This record gives sequence, C-alpha cells and structure tokens, in this order.
Amino acid sequence: MNKRPFAITLDVGTSRSNHTGSWRVERPTYVDRLPPCNNACPAGENIQGWLYEAESGAYESAWRALVEENPFPAIMGRICFHPCESACNRAQVDEAVGINAVERFLGDYAIEQGWRLPAAGPASGRRVLVVGAGPAGLSATYHLRRRGHHVRLVDSAPQLGGMMRYGIPAYRLPRRVLDAEIDRVIDMGVEVVLNHNVADIEAERSSGHFDALFLAVGAQLGKRVNIPAGDSAKILDAVSYLRDVADENPPLLGRRVVVYGGGDTAMDAARTARRLGATEAVVVYRRNQDKMPAHGEEYEQALGEGVTMRWLSTINRVDADKIVIEKMRLNAEGYPESTGDYEELGADAVVLALGQDTDLSLLARAADVEVHDGSVQVAQDLMTNGRGVFAGGDAVPAERTATVAVGHGKKAARGIDAFVRGVAADVTPKHELADFAHLNTWYYSDAERTQRPELERIRRQDNFDEVVLGLTERNALFEARRCMSCGNCFECDNCFGVCPDNAVIKLGDGTYDINLDYCKGCGVCARECPCGAIEMVPERI
Amino acid sequence: MTKRPIRFYQVGSFAVGNRLLSEGDRTVQSDPSRTNSIDSGHRACQGCGEALGARYALDAAMRATNNQLVAVNATGCLEVFSTPYPETSWRIAWLHSLFGNAPAVATGVAAALRVKGHTEVRVVSQGGDGGTVDIGFGSLSGMFERNDDVLYICYDNEGYMNTGVQRSGATPPAARTATTDVVGPQPGNAFGQGKDLARIAMAHDLAYVATATVADLHDLEAKVERAMQFRGARYLHVLVPCPLGWGTASSETIHVARLAKETGMFPVFEAEFGVVTSVSKIRHPTPVEEYLKVQKRFAHLFGKNPRPEMVAHLQELANRNIERYGLLDRAEPASGVVSGEEPA
Repeated sequence: MNKRPFAITLDVGTSRSNHTGSWRVERPTYVDRLPPCNNACPAGENIQGWLYEAESGAYESAWRALVEENPFPAIMGRICFHPCESACNRAQVDEAVGINAVERFLGDYAIEQGWRLPAAGPASGRRVLVVGAGPAGLSATYHLRRRGHHVRLVDSAPQLGGMMRYGIPAYRLPRRVLDAEIDRVIDMGVEVVLNHNVADIEAERSSGHFDALFLAVGAQLGKRVNIPAGDSAKILDAVSYLRDVADENPPLLGRRVVVYGGGDTAMDAARTARRLGATEAVVVYRRNQDKMPAHGEEYEQALGEGVTMRWLSTINRVDADKIVIEKMRLNAEGYPESTGDYEELGADAVVLALGQDTDLSLLARAADVEVHDGSVQVAQDLMTNGRGVFAGGDAVPAERTATVAVGHGKKAARGIDAFVRGVAADVTPKHELADFAHLNTWYYSDAERTQRPELERIRRQDNFDEVVLGLTERNALFEARRCMSCGNCFECDNCFGVCPDNAVIKLGDGTYDINLDYCKGCGVCARECPCGAIEMVPERI
Repeated sequence: MTKRPIRFYQVGSFAVGNRLLSEGDRTVQSDPSRTNSIDSGHRACQGCGEALGARYALDAAMRATNNQLVAVNATGCLEVFSTPYPETSWRIAWLHSLFGNAPAVATGVAAALRVKGHTEVRVVSQGGDGGTVDIGFGSLSGMFERNDDVLYICYDNEGYMNTGVQRSGATPPAARTATTDVVGPQPGNAFGQGKDLARIAMAHDLAYVATATVADLHDLEAKVERAMQFRGARYLHVLVPCPLGWGTASSETIHVARLAKETGMFPVFEAEFGVVTSVSKIRHPTPVEEYLKVQKRFAHLFGKNPRPEMVAHLQELANRNIERYGLLDRAEPASGVVSGEEPA
C-alpha cells in the first residue's frame, strides 16, 4: 500500500525537527545597559526612560517618570548645566540630544496642565528638620514626604528657593516657574518656617523632637579679598548684589561696572549689571578662557549682551572712578603669575565674584559634626559624624550646582529614611555603561538638533525677561525622538527581522525572546541592535 | 537652505520596525505573522545572508501576491540547505529541478497557470549567482527575451559556496576562492572578467530590474512589491554576504553588505524598461579598504605584502559605479518638527 511517488520512500517532513540550536557556542541575551545621560545626571534622573515616554507623545507619563527623581523639571530645564548632554552618545553621531530643552518642555507643560506630584506616603510618625529651602532642602523635603516622614522646612529668607531665588537672575529662571514648582512640593504637606535663623541645631533638634536633620544651608557668603582701595571706592560681593536685585532693591553701581572672577556668578552679576543700566560691564579674570569655570552657554550669552572680558588680569587697587589691573601670564603648570605690567581701567564699582563660603555658625554646639576647609564632611549616604545629622548641597564638598544639590536632597532622603527606620540603605549596583561602542548608529535617521529660540538681544537690555525660550510641542517631540535609547530596547524589531533562522520571537508586549532550539548563535541580532541591548554570552559547553 | 519636513520616528526609515510607526509603514519582516517562507531548522551556516535574503524577498512577495505564489529554485546553497531529503524548510509552494533550468521550469509553471486560468498565481524563480550568471544564464536570457511572466531573483554571494567556494562569473576581482588562489603576480580572481547581470537584464529591456542588499530591508521589500506590479519577465539581484566564502564573522553579514553599498562596490538601483529610475544614495562615503579588510578573501591585499595598487584598482571600480549611478549626492538631514500624523 505504498501511495508515495515512484522511488520515494519517506514522507515529507519539516526542517523544524532539526534543532540547529545545538550548533550554538554563544547565546544572545537581552540586557539593560546604563545610558551615559543617566550616568552623568547629578540628580540621578532616568533620562532615557522619560524620553522614551515622550517619544510617543505620552507627556504625562514622561513627566511622571521624570519627577520620580527630580520634582523640578521646569527649573532644571532652565538652569541645569546638563552634564547629560555632554555625555550623550548622539554627540558622536551629529549633536547631543537637547535633553534640557525637552525637560523644560515637560516641566512647562505640566505647570500648564496643572499636574500634581505624587501624594505623600502614609505617615511614618518620624520627624525630620530640613534647614535651608534651596534646591537640596526642597528636593530632600519632596523625597522625605513621599516616604511619609513629617518635614519641617526652615529658611532664614522670607521666601523659599534659596539660591534659585536669591542667586539666579530672573532672566534665567522666571519667578512664576520657580513658585509653581516649589508650591507643588509644599502642597504635599510640609511645615514651612520662614525668616527663621537656626542658631543651634542641637537645641532646635531636641525642642522639635526631630529624628533626623538635613543641613542644606548653601554657601551664602561671598568671598572677600583684600584689595587696596581708596576711601570712596565702591566694592561689593556678587552674592549680596544678586540677592538685593532679587529683593527688588538693587544698589546703584554707576555706569562702568567691573566684575572680578570667572565663574557663573560673575557672568550673572555682569549680565544683571547690564540690565540695570551699566553701559560697560567688564569681567576681570586672572586666567584665560580655557581655564574659566563659567559654563559656555552663560559666557556666550554674556558676550552677546555686551559684557566684555579682561583675561589674565588681577585687580591691584580700586579707587572711586578707576581700578588698576595687573596683567598676568600662565606658567607651565597653567597657574597665573605676575608680569609687572599695570594698566588703569575706568570703573565706578567693583563686584567680587570670587566664590562663596558657607555660614556654619549653627554647628557651634554640634561638636561631632566634622567641618573641614569650610565644608561639612559627609559619608557616602550624606550623613555627617553627628548621628542622624545629614548635610548636602553647597555646604558639602561637591560641585556647586542646583542639579547636584537636587541629587544630594534625594540621596539624603534615602539615607535619612534608612536611618530613621533603622535599616541599611539599599544600594543598587549600576548597570554596565552603554558606551558608544555598544551602538549601531546606522539605524538612526539623520536629524539635526533643534535649537531653542532666544530673546532678541535688543529686548534684553533693560529688563529681566527670560532669555532662552522653550520648544513647541512638535519641536520637543522631534528632539525626544533623536534619543538613541542607548542600552535599552525600544522595540525597533531589528533582532526579530535580521535573524536568518527565525529564532527571535516577538512577544507582542514590546519584548522579545530567543528560540534556543534554532538559534545558531551567529550574533547578527546583537551586531545589528541599534542601541546595544543584546549581549552575546558564551554557552557553557 | 530649505528644510525638508519628514516623518521622524527615531529609526523609522532604517530599522526593521518601530513602535511609533503605523502598521502600514512597518516592514513585512516586523509582522509576527509574516510567512517565514523558509522555516527554522534549515542547515545554512551561522549568519547566512542567503537564508536571510530569501526570507526577506519571498515573505514580501507572499504579501504582495496575497499568498498566491509558486517558487522555482535552481540548485545551489539555497536548495541544498533547505531541502535535505526528506525534510523541507519551505512553507510556500516550491519546486526544484536542475542547476541550469530554473528559468525554463518557471516559464513552464507560468504557462501552465495561464492555461489553467490561474492568472492570480504569480511565479518567482530563484537561484544563487552560480545558477544565474553561469549555469542557468542561457535559459534565463531566453526567459527574459520571451518576456515570460516570472520574477527572477538572484541571491548573489559571489561564488559557488556550497561546493567549497569556487569562482563564479559574479566573483569580484582580486577575491580568493578555491579556484582563484593567491599565487602569481596578480593573486585572486582576475580583473576585467565576470558579468554584471543586472545590466545584462536591463539590456533585455525588461519592465523591471533592480538590485538590493540584505542591509536595507525597506528597500528590498519595496522592490519586490514594485516588481509584482508588473507582468512579464522581471529581475531582482540581491547581494547576500557569505560568512564562509567571504571569510567574515557570522555576526557581520548585514554590516558587510552595508559596506558593499556604502563603498560603491555594489550599486543599489532600480530600472524600468531599460532606464535607471532611482538609486540608493551612499549615506556615509567609505573607502573600499573598509569593505575589503573585514573579508579574509581579500586578506592578501593587506598585511605583510600589501597590494595597494590592487586596492586602488578596486577603488576605481567603485568610483566608476558611483559615477555611473550618481550614488553620492546626499539628502539633507531632517530637522525641526515632527510632521505626519499625531502621536498615539
């Protein structure tokens, strides 16, 4: 009863009975690698994560993912110096993704839509005193409230915000944005005490029955130097100057203002002076442009507004209507040294922007809190030597930016939470970095970075209107989609498509699996994965 | 400089799929219910470009013909690794006869379908470069000349790989094969020989002739779909790197195909009725060294006794392609806003 054709002895079978997976010596494995932006973010934001949401236009999910780590997107989208963009892998393809611009769009959009921060956690019964309502103190407050701890937030100033209000000029950070984002944190239920100077933390701690303290007092004292000066010479420090301007009580400086220093505060002071009527605003700095600590954008904008620079110069003497500067040169180690050449420069006032110190008088009776070089010394979790006393922001040794302070606030909140609950803070190890070598950038469309519009220079001269403007929704969506999703699968189907053995299974929920019965381990999927989310792992043979 | 508004989906135009693309804009290969014309368990080497190219082309043809498709296969790797008796990897109607007669068999299948009135069933004939440019060339030219209603697809891996990497009429100059050894004053395959079958097909004034590589799926699928819009003889030439014969790592198959296109060694274009109608521009101009160095079959051009004059000769050939097809004018990158439909 052979019904087969002539000379055919076997029925047709499928090749699926041939399990070619036995050839394999390496197996493709889906991994999450740490995107360089996330790695670089001082506030620990999951930038790739929130951009991923924004790419599909899911702005609320994007914003919610963002505020998991940082409650101030609209503020950060203006004043952060975005180390994420410096680390962005896309910079090696064309230009870095405009992360800061998208963050600002999300922040502004959230304010416009009236989205609220997540509610405070269930009351834990623990009390925390936060001293200083700047970015570190407010960030700590937010994260402590989310964990259900009671927070008393005290500040010596009449309003919240610290240096974000009293240091950063309004043309960089409009006050309505600052107020909106701070109010949202306070709305979580925070006991706020303003105009209150904490003189002695131990007394304050015991009288208020606080389980832990967070010191985020900032660095509010402008550094002074001794410069020989005539009787009527006008010298003031940049911190006080900017504070008085923020208080709408600007001092009269005259027509020619010299700012001494080369940091961001120097730029802020010079740009502010221009806006208040100085026809000449000259920044005198002892080193050159390469060594200047001010960030490039601030410097460029200052130049654009008519601020001029005197590189390699120190001020030797200040008189009522002029200063004497000495020209410097850089030695082999890059340090400035005298040349003996002097020059006079007309000046009606000198603003010193030479750095800031922290007022630590409140620690006078807290003998166990170690202070070194004017900074509070802290451990990895930001706890000082004093039990339950944490510190962060400009008061501890670190880069002094608002973003670092926000990160400190989060970290301290985590440390405080562990401390008051008597457990060890859980530290998740970082994933392997998704560096450029892991990517296959062929697959990303060529797309230039979207530049943020800026206020015309002529309109900046006599007011504090915001200089850098925001992106539109369409611009922001475009910019978000420039993200290469480094190290994290974004469902491009490449692995599913390029497998010569149909051994990648598309599960339909945005994830994939490998059919190890047929995967020969050729590695094409890993090689062609745009974002480096597949790793070839040797089989144990 | 005018900015060209485009739909911008992060990877939309290059990757297989994308969650942000509408279903219609995704490739056939991104569809979980694609035909998988050639099934798992086939015995092609790790990283086989031909297995991949055949699935790409036939799955696209299946979609374009609403699954009304018959494939005729010449002898070659594709036939040997897919149908070791009694197993088969084919999930489509598939027919194999001899090495040299696939176009003639396809002519017969098309004629039989016409006689039986099944004009909705379309015929694809396929083979490797050996079965196409050498052994089946006579019957292929006949099929072209008679304008039989067949799409012929050549999967070009530039040699007889299945039998141990011998030279074919599609092997590039200077390449080492088992029959073009690296000896003598001019090691490897000779310059000035071989054939460019896409241009020969164009000389037959076919309705549609195109080249493609496994490195650009969107392009390959679009060409199969376009080919199926015509009746009569059509020709598609797909470059499918061979890790074994080219001496490349199995993971590099797509990458090396991309380099072939980006260096100009393999021009990607389409032509209708003998006239070139579009070309795939080079995105990142690349010297031919980059393409040659990753392949062991060109190893004798580098290393201890390098042959820069032979590399320069190959660069000249690439330059000639670039000039002939105008491969270099680049498009402007996208910028500004996302146009197209609203986000989901």
